[in-house]
Amino acid sequence: MPVYRSVVCPFCGCLCDDLEITVEDNRIVKVRNGCAISTSKFLHHHENRVENPLIDGKPVALEEAVKEAAEILKSARRPLIYGLSSTECGAIAKAIELAELIGGVVDNTASVCHGPTILALQTLGESKCTLGTVRNRADLIIYWGCNPLEAHIRHLTRYSAMARGLYTSGGRKDRYVVAVDVRETRMKRVADLFLKVNPGGDYELLSALRAVVRGYGLDVDEVSGVPRDVILELAERMKKSRFGAIFFGLGLTQSEGRHMNIEAAIGLVADLNHHTKFVLIPMRGHYNVAGANTVTTWQTGYPYAVDFSRGYPRYNPGEYTAVDLLARGEADAALIIASDPAAHLPYKAARRLAEIPTIVLDPKRSMTSMISRVVIPTAAAGIEAEGTAYRMDGIPIRLKKLMEPPEGVLPDAEVLSLIIEEVMR
Amino acid sequence: MNLIIKGGYVYDPINKVNGEKMDIYIKDGKIVEELPEHKAKVIDASGMVVMPGGVDLHSHIAGSKINLGRLLRPEDHRKDPVPRTRVTRAGVGYSCPSTYIAGYRYAQMGYTTVMEPAMPPLGARHVHEELNDTPIVDKSAYPLFGNNYFVLKYVREGDLEMLKAFIAWLMRATRGYAIKIVNPGGVESWKWGKNVDGLDDTVEGFDVTPRQIITSLARANEELGLPHTIHLHCNNLGVPGNYQTTLETMRAVEDVKPKEGRENTLHIVHCQFNALAGDSWATLRSGAPEIAKYVNSHRHVTLDLGQVIFTDTTTMTGDGPWQFRLYNLTGNKWVNSDVEMEAGAGVVPYTFRKKNPVNAIQWAIGLELALLIYDPWRVYMTTDHPNGGPFTFYPKVIAWLMSRKARTDTMLEIHRAAMRKTTLADIYREYDFYEIAITTRAAPAKVLGLGEKGHLGPGADGDVAIYDINPTEWRPSMYREVEKAFSRAKYTIKGGEIVVVDGEVVSTPLGKTYWVDVEIPEDLEGELMKDLEEGFRNYYTISLSNYPVEDAYLPVQRRVEVVGWR
Repeated sequence: MPVYRSVVCPFCGCLCDDLEITVEDNRIVKVRNGCAISTSKFLHHHENRVENPLIDGKPVALEEAVKEAAEILKSARRPLIYGLSSTECGAIAKAIELAELIGGVVDNTASVCHGPTILALQTLGESKCTLGTVRNRADLIIYWGCNPLEAHIRHLTRYSAMARGLYTSGGRKDRYVVAVDVRETRMKRVADLFLKVNPGGDYELLSALRAVVRGYGLDVDEVSGVPRDVILELAERMKKSRFGAIFFGLGLTQSEGRHMNIEAAIGLVADLNHHTKFVLIPMRGHYNVAGANTVTTWQTGYPYAVDFSRGYPRYNPGEYTAVDLLARGEADAALIIASDPAAHLPYKAARRLAEIPTIVLDPKRSMTSMISRVVIPTAAAGIEAEGTAYRMDGIPIRLKKLMEPPEGVLPDAEVLSLIIEEVMR
Repeated sequence: MNLIIKGGYVYDPINKVNGEKMDIYIKDGKIVEELPEHKAKVIDASGMVVMPGGVDLHSHIAGSKINLGRLLRPEDHRKDPVPRTRVTRAGVGYSCPSTYIAGYRYAQMGYTTVMEPAMPPLGARHVHEELNDTPIVDKSAYPLFGNNYFVLKYVREGDLEMLKAFIAWLMRATRGYAIKIVNPGGVESWKWGKNVDGLDDTVEGFDVTPRQIITSLARANEELGLPHTIHLHCNNLGVPGNYQTTLETMRAVEDVKPKEGRENTLHIVHCQFNALAGDSWATLRSGAPEIAKYVNSHRHVTLDLGQVIFTDTTTMTGDGPWQFRLYNLTGNKWVNSDVEMEAGAGVVPYTFRKKNPVNAIQWAIGLELALLIYDPWRVYMTTDHPNGGPFTFYPKVIAWLMSRKARTDTMLEIHRAAMRKTTLADIYREYDFYEIAITTRAAPAKVLGLGEKGHLGPGADGDVAIYDINPTEWRPSMYREVEKAFSRAKYTIKGGEIVVVDGEVVSTPLGKTYWVDVEIPEDLEGELMKDLEEGFRNYYTISLSNYPVEDAYLPVQRRVEVVGWR
């Protein structure tokens, strides 16, 4: 009964790499150290699989499905390749190569999560660090518009609020923890200070904090539902901390203001660096969404929303992003890799996916697979296939292969290589 | 395929060939004595310059830092889009080129070996993944040591044996090639928002000084006998008056005994940025003459230029506190990135302007260093890509080195500070093709310890650059022609394969990655592993067993074995 140690969890951007997984008869029977989500993902890995390559719902041979996929992509005028955040980097590289070859658009799920974070970075930059730096040094941690207790479950114990490190041997005791959200989440119980900000009020609150840090007074009683005294005190605490970190999530990136919110946070953190050391770290969701941005950037110069229709890469979020391309009715074929846009994109975009010939590569059945012309099952990266994934802070980690995929099922990268060969033929 | 390169003027300084007309033979990717003509493809190089393929020992082309630069600067890419061709991939160029384009453009200039000089060990996989997507050129990467927790610990404890063991282990774990040190101690202090201000300042929290870090690493490097010396980005980079820190640094390692067979123990990188005299930006002047004077009388130092180009570029270093300083000087966008236990980095876009007095002085300093140091075997042409300017401007630097007229023409266009605060206008020296061949290939290959690179003797790699310029007819006043010729090689041959014809890429083989493997004595390794296990468990966020780079990341590798303990 093989037990694999130091296994990397391919679920969220934490990429915890200390799991112990027991495999029996090519099935995962035991998971140690995993969070509830991770354990569930591993233990239910064998369920709900796509069993066969399908065309229009009918089982076909892999070669046939690949041929049909290549035909669709070749004859399309505005093909879209989308997804990529839950697969390994080799597949992402192949997807970009294919997009270049067919003159298509390649986008990843960052465009619906931390895309605004990247836009803000392109405007102002950012001050960041790896998670271990927070573990070892941070004495002030602020969670803004994110809820790691429910979304990145081991984040607090492994990397942030509770973690013990080089200069933080007391763990939680050595830190002051703040949570900011529009409603009281479970983070309130963890935090020393919980700020309930009015919906859409993040930009204002961040700007008020920044003004105070810069030495201006506040001549209002409250900002976005937070009393003046609390703001003054928090600003003082930020300046006096030895090492401060702000983690932020979609509460900041996808609410009113979007990239402007992040710009306000970046400005605040930059100003704080004149007083002490301060960093800002996005809580990336899917386990390799950071990798999707990273690979796309080194190959094309741009992190997502890349259009190859003119033979060279062009970048314009809002124009070449999947939601916009689909909702405008512009994409006339789609290849979805390791993602379920039919379940998550806005209605108009999802409906377009059902109208056009869609191809999906996924280990499991999904809403998208149900509306797709071609479905090709693939091996699950991190369980049935190796490869690289980038943690939310940009650290590359090697995913392990724990078991064989079902017979005849190939990893995403290999299926994409077959499609590329077929397109070039 | 076998090749004969016929009738060119060959410049092969390692073999003391200075512009002689001779034929070069390549068989199975290697240079050989001779080949029968009917068994080979013949390239007519008559009237042209033939050199070994270029070797760049310091260019930021791969890894998290350059990729942050790419991410940060869509406006930079939009100046220089590159479409797909039948043989090449699409991408972008200018100051932060995508990986494919970097490989192509080096080859187009006749370069066949490029070293990434700053690899954060935790990000080693990222560096190797990008190097694998950088076609044609051979390459390697230098892991960062100067602010590593274990290095500081062993330096503090004065335990040179453990330091050596750790170096050997980290080279293998990251598949690295040389010891890179960036602002020793300063980057660690920067994790608290601080810096060190000189060789004898104390590193926050560690009770060691930059001087101790540098000398210990230099000593360990030479005792292990690694192929390259330590590769040092000095303290106080970009600070007026810092040439004194640089001189002090050079003096600090004077008594380090070099490994057998070489005289040098220290390579100072992008020295231009560390050769500033004066007390402030207002009183800034060149410190290059003082540095050149020292280097001319001491054999243990080599350096590269970090030449400034007047253009918009992207600065990126492992020197976090310097990048913060530059952000405050410019108000441009700023990325900071600290890496737990090991390193840091920063990125700030920057434009070197002709009319800016500081930039004009910086431009002159780089050239002064190249021209005032007599021995071209110890001063190498770089722009510290992309810090001083993109590597694609190398032909311009070659023109400045080869032609006083080129320098004068530039000096007339730029701020008068270049005339007043530097000695450049008084320098009449002009490099010839032989010296260019030394500074751009032979010497960097030699200082890197790459025996099969940088020359055209039998056994060398079949890496050859052919430039369409006739050295017997060329005069320094024709500097634009030399710039043109070096911009687009007539032919570039990599490992015996023709990769560039008339400046266009015609094939894109994957080059090899060099790394250094030193075997650690068993007892020492056991002791080291105990330390590492404890350190990783308590302070790192990835498991020790998931840390070393797997062979899967080096599809074409060249392991350089070193016997570190005898």
